[in-house]
Amino acid sequence: MARKLLMSLFVLLLIFGTAGAQEAVQDTIGPPSPAPPTNIVVVDRPNDTGHGVLVNWALSADDGGGKDNVLAYEVYRADQADGEYVFRGLSVKGTGQYEDKDDSPRINDLPNPGFLITEKTYYYKVRAMASGGVYSEYSEAGSGQPMENWFHVGKIPILIGVIIFWVLVVYFIFMARKGTDYYVRPLAGINAVDEAIGRATEMGRPILFVLGTGTAGDIATIAGFTILARVAKLTAEYQTRVLVPVNDPVMFAVAQETVRTAYLEAGRPDIYNPDNISYETAMQFPYVAAVNGIMLREKTATNFYMGVFHAESLILAETGNIAGSIQISGTDQISQLPFFIAATDYTLIGEELYAASAYLSKEPVQVGTLKAQDWAKAILMVILFIGAVLISMNVSFIKDMVTVNL
Amino acid sequence: MKKQIPIYFVLISGIVMLIQYFVPSEESEWLFTYANDWVIVVGIFALALGIWSLLRTEFKKLKNPKEAFYAGTLLFGYFIMVFTGLKREWLEAGHLHMDLFNNILIPIQATIFALLAFYVASAAYRAFRARTALATILLLTAFIIMLRLIPLGPISEVNQTAVGWILAVPNMAAKRAITIGVGLGAIATCIKIILGIERTYMGHD
Repeated sequence: MARKLLMSLFVLLLIFGTAGAQEAVQDTIGPPSPAPPTNIVVVDRPNDTGHGVLVNWALSADDGGGKDNVLAYEVYRADQADGEYVFRGLSVKGTGQYEDKDDSPRINDLPNPGFLITEKTYYYKVRAMASGGVYSEYSEAGSGQPMENWFHVGKIPILIGVIIFWVLVVYFIFMARKGTDYYVRPLAGINAVDEAIGRATEMGRPILFVLGTGTAGDIATIAGFTILARVAKLTAEYQTRVLVPVNDPVMFAVAQETVRTAYLEAGRPDIYNPDNISYETAMQFPYVAAVNGIMLREKTATNFYMGVFHAESLILAETGNIAGSIQISGTDQISQLPFFIAATDYTLIGEELYAASAYLSKEPVQVGTLKAQDWAKAILMVILFIGAVLISMNVSFIKDMVTVNL
Repeated sequence: MKKQIPIYFVLISGIVMLIQYFVPSEESEWLFTYANDWVIVVGIFALALGIWSLLRTEFKKLKNPKEAFYAGTLLFGYFIMVFTGLKREWLEAGHLHMDLFNNILIPIQATIFALLAFYVASAAYRAFRARTALATILLLTAFIIMLRLIPLGPISEVNQTAVGWILAVPNMAAKRAITIGVGLGAIATCIKIILGIERTYMGHD
């Protein structure tokens, strides 16, 4: 009996002893666990609607040093410090920050568990992941709240620029109203407007005014309306038809009102024909077909292209060239400018389109804004020059100052 | 008064939307979406005006023998598309409306777009005629850039460097200069509209 007891004890000792030895062997030959990240700090994500936080941590001692085996960090979130922590995302090694942002309260008509509620406290833990599927211990929890922001700090350079430019515009308008006479460089495209309308009158053919394929809200289209008003006034005086086919219903309404008012101001409301301003279609190439048809059937003497243009620019301008029309174009679309320069007689390049209203009206107030633009350009040139010199010397002061963080 | 109300409306809404740009809050986002929704609403009302204008003009053209064929074709196409698309389920694939759209309208649009290839050639021919010193520079530059697509042995490497320099230095400088000018011009126009200096978009000079 005693012998049996001794044998059983020996077997038990052998089993437990072997198991302990196996654990010791595993500890020695298995992948080592990395040290956990520390110092979890959760702050509000700046410049947002209040549904995001930034989780920051100090890197694991084994990230870039020590055992150097960290591959990534896993970020977990809970509603309470001792609540259930749910996986939120990964950050690669060497990165001590994770952006947790979700502003959709519902997804597919179901509550979105990832949604962050403004001013609610959230708790975060982070752990390091090493090669071989080994993880560190979880870090201590850190907490923070997403807050609604009332000013976009990243847009400060834009705000400063807008204020400076606004002050310049108001100053030069004030000076112009006081009687200061500003010189404006002549633009060939603008100078040709009278000549082009005169030519149409002599030939007894209509003028075509194309406002492009943008929308009524585009600045270039609004600039186009300004030029249309001047052109329509001249055509009313010369009793020449102006045809305005448009591709947007809002533009159609505005164009009709612009031309009608121009005829009224010219004292010729009797010859205003609303059918000359026509809505064609909202589709790009059917619109091109409609305008090309008008050019070829009506044999328009002068074509104006003023506004936003896309791939249709060259098709329109080349058809106008085939029809033998004088053509004046203007757009702010850089990709279409080469086509207009190649295919039309005069082109208003970018800002010249916006400046056209000042050139045509010659009002001191309008010319004052041109001067403000010139001064703004001069300031920008100085900033660019100094910035280029400083950045070449590895000084990023100017670059940092003007960088916009959207 | 009729002129003043729209100007004040533009002034207030312009300043509000300017402030909205710098405020990232939820209320600000809502305001932006709300304003854009109004653009759609206005667009829908204006569409009715547009369709009325289209039909009135084309019906008038039917009386002119020169234009009757084109106007008739347009009106025929218009009414066919309207009547074949009256029910929501008719707008799905396999119905006449979508068959007409996919098999007639889209190929016609592609055909018009394809005209661009021929027009690029004719416009390039005129642009590259070396009549002046500037046109000659343009011609030479275009020649160098076009050579990039042709394998020319050891010359290709030198040409690639030249093309890279042309695109990254003089070309980029010109594009950025135009972009800066466009940006300033657009802001100046916006300020003029907000302050009521520019009023032609309302039909007033």
